[in-house]
Amino acid sequence: MASNTADTGHGAADAVHGSSGMPQLDFSTYGNQIFWLLVTLVVIYLILSRVALPRIAAILNERQGTITNDLAAAEDLKAKAVEAENAYNKALADARAEAQRIAAETRAEIQAGVDEAIAKADEEISAKAAESEKAIAEIRAGALESVKVVATDTASALVAALGGKDDADAVAAAVAKRTEG
Amino acid sequence: MGKLFFYVALALVLVSGLVFAPETAGLAIHPMEQFTVTPLFGGDHIAWYTPTNVTLWMFLAVVAIIGLLVFGSSNRGIVPSRAQSVAELAYGFIYKMVEDVTGKDAVKFFPYIMTLFMFIVTANFLGLIPMSFTTTSHFAVTAILAMLVFVTVTITGFVLHGAKFLGLFWVSSAPLALRPILAIIELISYFVRPVSHCIRLAGNVMAGHAVLKVFAGFAGALGAGAFLPIFAITAVYALEVLVAFIQAYVFTILTCVYLKDALHPSH
Repeated sequence: MASNTADTGHGAADAVHGSSGMPQLDFSTYGNQIFWLLVTLVVIYLILSRVALPRIAAILNERQGTITNDLAAAEDLKAKAVEAENAYNKALADARAEAQRIAAETRAEIQAGVDEAIAKADEEISAKAAESEKAIAEIRAGALESVKVVATDTASALVAALGGKDDADAVAAAVAKRTEG
Repeated sequence: MGKLFFYVALALVLVSGLVFAPETAGLAIHPMEQFTVTPLFGGDHIAWYTPTNVTLWMFLAVVAIIGLLVFGSSNRGIVPSRAQSVAELAYGFIYKMVEDVTGKDAVKFFPYIMTLFMFIVTANFLGLIPMSFTTTSHFAVTAILAMLVFVTVTITGFVLHGAKFLGLFWVSSAPLALRPILAIIELISYFVRPVSHCIRLAGNVMAGHAVLKVFAGFAGALGAGAFLPIFAITAVYALEVLVAFIQAYVFTILTCVYLKDALHPSH
């Protein structure tokens, strides 16, 4: 405001309080200030209590609600993730067990085949061995028989050459006795 | 700090009044002229209904509060805009103060306390605009604010607790002989509260503005060589920004403390 107005308008007040007096102590303006202050306060109070504060409270509540909901949703998703992980782990463990089972089965099967083949081979081998033994025994028996025949013949010839009487039975018995050991 | 400031300002005012007597010197510093109440539309007489600069700046305070708290929050954003953030900050700040200092049952006083805080803080900051008028620098205004608090506290105390509210003055933990003396002291301090409550706010605001004006006068007198006064103005202005908020905060928190006496008068 123009100092002009102040000078003329408050000549009386200035005269009372001096030029550096405090306008705060000019009681003639108190009624005016108090009136407008009360009007202002009532207006602010009405605006705040009717419009501004409920609205801000609603906004804050809504935000709180949103945050709570989001947190709950996050919690849910987290639980789902854990569940999925568990399911995955379980599937993995199942698959591993299945694989082990299959491997063990296969191994057992192969083992059984191998065992069978070995048994069969053993059997064949033993059969062949028995056959061979038999043949050897036969051959040996044949050889012994031939030895006996040759020995008998040789002994008979020796006996005859030595001038002995050809006693076939005695020669045979002697040969048999000698070949026993 | 506030009191010291006030005295320094008064001393400066007096010195300036003595040294630069406006009638004689060309250099005239009128640090208190900025507080003059003048009618807006001319005329000499100020009646209670005359629109004055008080009216104008209180109206601007109302406009600023509506702009911040009503239009600022009109988007109702879950993610707030800047203005909405400030509005929510102010709301949360005062709400928490009322809850913490006065108690959960004091929430019904929240709109009232919020009104006081918003008016004072807005008026203080509007007053920091150069050439503006600071409504909270007038004792008439702060005295009414303080008396409103005083009356509210007293009435609430008697309505809620009846005669038991007088127990506030009867210190039952003191020895019996001391109690009457303490009661008198308590009573005096109770009635001095609104006085200190109002002078603290107006004194701080007025002192800061007067100091600014004095330095501005020096700067004007020194002309181009006015480094020092201008530096001082900058520093004091920064301090005033702080004071503008702190005094509003102090006024509000003291209101909460006084209200606590009314709601829970036991010592």
